[in-house]
Amino acid sequence: MLFRRILFDRITGWWMIATLVTILLMPVIIGVGLCLKALPLFEHQSLFNLLGSSVWAPSKGEFGFLPFILSSVYVTLLSFIFAVPVCILSAIYLTQFASRHLIRIMYPVIDILAGLPSVIYGVWGILIIVPFISEKLAPLFNITSSGYSMMAGGLVLAIMCIPYMLNVLIEVFKTVPAGMKEASLSLGATHWESVKHVVIRKSYSGILSSFGLAIAKALGETMAVMMVVGNRVQIPKTPFEAGYPLPALIANNYGEMLSIPMYDSALMFAALLLLIIILLLNLVFRFFIYRSQKHES
Amino acid sequence: MNRRKQIEEIVFKLLSGLAAYSLIFILGFIILIIFIKGFNALSLDMIIKPPKGGYYYGGEGGVLNAIVGSLYIAIGATLIAVVIGMPAALYINVHLIKQKRTQNTIRYLLDALWGIPSIVYGAFGFTLMLYLGMNASLLAGIITVALLITPILVRTFDEVLTTIPKGLHEASFALGSTKAETAYRVMMKQGFSGFITAVLLAFGRGIGDAASVLFTAGYTDLIPVNLNEPAATLPLAIFFQLSSPIPEVRERAYAAAVILTIIILIVSLTARLLSAKYSKSNLK
Repeated sequence: MLFRRILFDRITGWWMIATLVTILLMPVIIGVGLCLKALPLFEHQSLFNLLGSSVWAPSKGEFGFLPFILSSVYVTLLSFIFAVPVCILSAIYLTQFASRHLIRIMYPVIDILAGLPSVIYGVWGILIIVPFISEKLAPLFNITSSGYSMMAGGLVLAIMCIPYMLNVLIEVFKTVPAGMKEASLSLGATHWESVKHVVIRKSYSGILSSFGLAIAKALGETMAVMMVVGNRVQIPKTPFEAGYPLPALIANNYGEMLSIPMYDSALMFAALLLLIIILLLNLVFRFFIYRSQKHES
Repeated sequence: MNRRKQIEEIVFKLLSGLAAYSLIFILGFIILIIFIKGFNALSLDMIIKPPKGGYYYGGEGGVLNAIVGSLYIAIGATLIAVVIGMPAALYINVHLIKQKRTQNTIRYLLDALWGIPSIVYGAFGFTLMLYLGMNASLLAGIITVALLITPILVRTFDEVLTTIPKGLHEASFALGSTKAETAYRVMMKQGFSGFITAVLLAFGRGIGDAASVLFTAGYTDLIPVNLNEPAATLPLAIFFQLSSPIPEVRERAYAAAVILTIIILIVSLTARLLSAKYSKSNLK
């Protein structure tokens, strides 16, 4: 009996360790897998050339990722600009001013926003954002646009990033000790002043981390962006032009990827690029958060 | 001076309130639009029939193939995620309970893993598939989605397990139970509703994700009957039908979007309800 119990303990213990190690090694395994696939590309073109060239002609074997990288950066920054004010203000409201009742409603709202599949955001973007841009927003600036543009991608992406950024911000603002705010209030500061000078100042690194994580999330988002962004290989100059972010490039071309030599290597290289950038962003900014949490406890 | 202070106070309180309430508005707006657009095209046929001949030209049929395919993939992936993820989460909270540092490092890495976008998993699944000589199939889709949702399951379950009081551990060990018994009999029992929440969240993420199954599961009008056949999925059904030039087919994409949205709403509200119940009985 005792033997059986110990045996069970050993076996499940090993299994537990095995699963945990496998899970933790996943990024390495994924990275190596993609790297092996992408290697043939480097025999052909240098890394510098891959990242810096804007000539994209897969059938001639020329892969310049610059338009895609710039599109990704562009759409991410746009979404960031839209999402930041909403997130900071609502995080402040929810942690400082809101009634318990509102908070009780807000949590499922944020949950569902985070849980809606990106295809649904894409459908919504096509139905609402794209016509809004082509009919209302672009004419306002005297520009004709089909609506499928960086702007549309940025807006949809902003909404998709809000729940992520907001969750981190709420956690961050919550860790500011209530006593500090009370001290500020008792010195005669108004509610808003204590928020401005105490809560926000105390959470600088946390706010920065929430920005970083949201950027990481936005960089990797695929379907919704791909559906509204126009997918034209060019370096977008105005927000009303179409662009072609990296994830959309990968997702759009899986069909012909195997029929053109090196094409699959190029796409796997794009995936590898995304993995490395996003993983780095995550590691760096999560580290900030963990350090600040350690200080609190 | 005081006047300015007061105005600033009021303005920012209003602005921040506006921002917070606008989130409710945005969610309502999205769901409303999807529902209004979709319910017109939604019919019983959509749910109970696979596409018939000429479906993509406005002919008869529905998206049953995609509904079933999505359920197969999400359920299969969730099962794998449970088999891999549950022991890992238990290990962090039972065996490593004294090594706070290791625990934190592992959580940190898991969180970073959570951030990897699904398109990267999709691309990796694809290379894995080529390497193993597989075709786009139900199995490849299940494995890829399982990779994607395992970190989510581990981290959510782990988050619940951390709230279980340490005294329970000590009591369990004091009674002479092994670590495995503590993990599966005590921790699992205490954290069960949290476990279900984690499973539901992972399932919801799995059923809604398109980028990871794009390369790996393929697409077909047939309902898959074994693991090496390709399988359609709801998100992809929406995506492909939406790019059709024929209005009727696009209408059906909206209907499929309603089906997917309803599934997601049910899953995430159930998860929320369970975790709310859980935290009420255990946290305070």
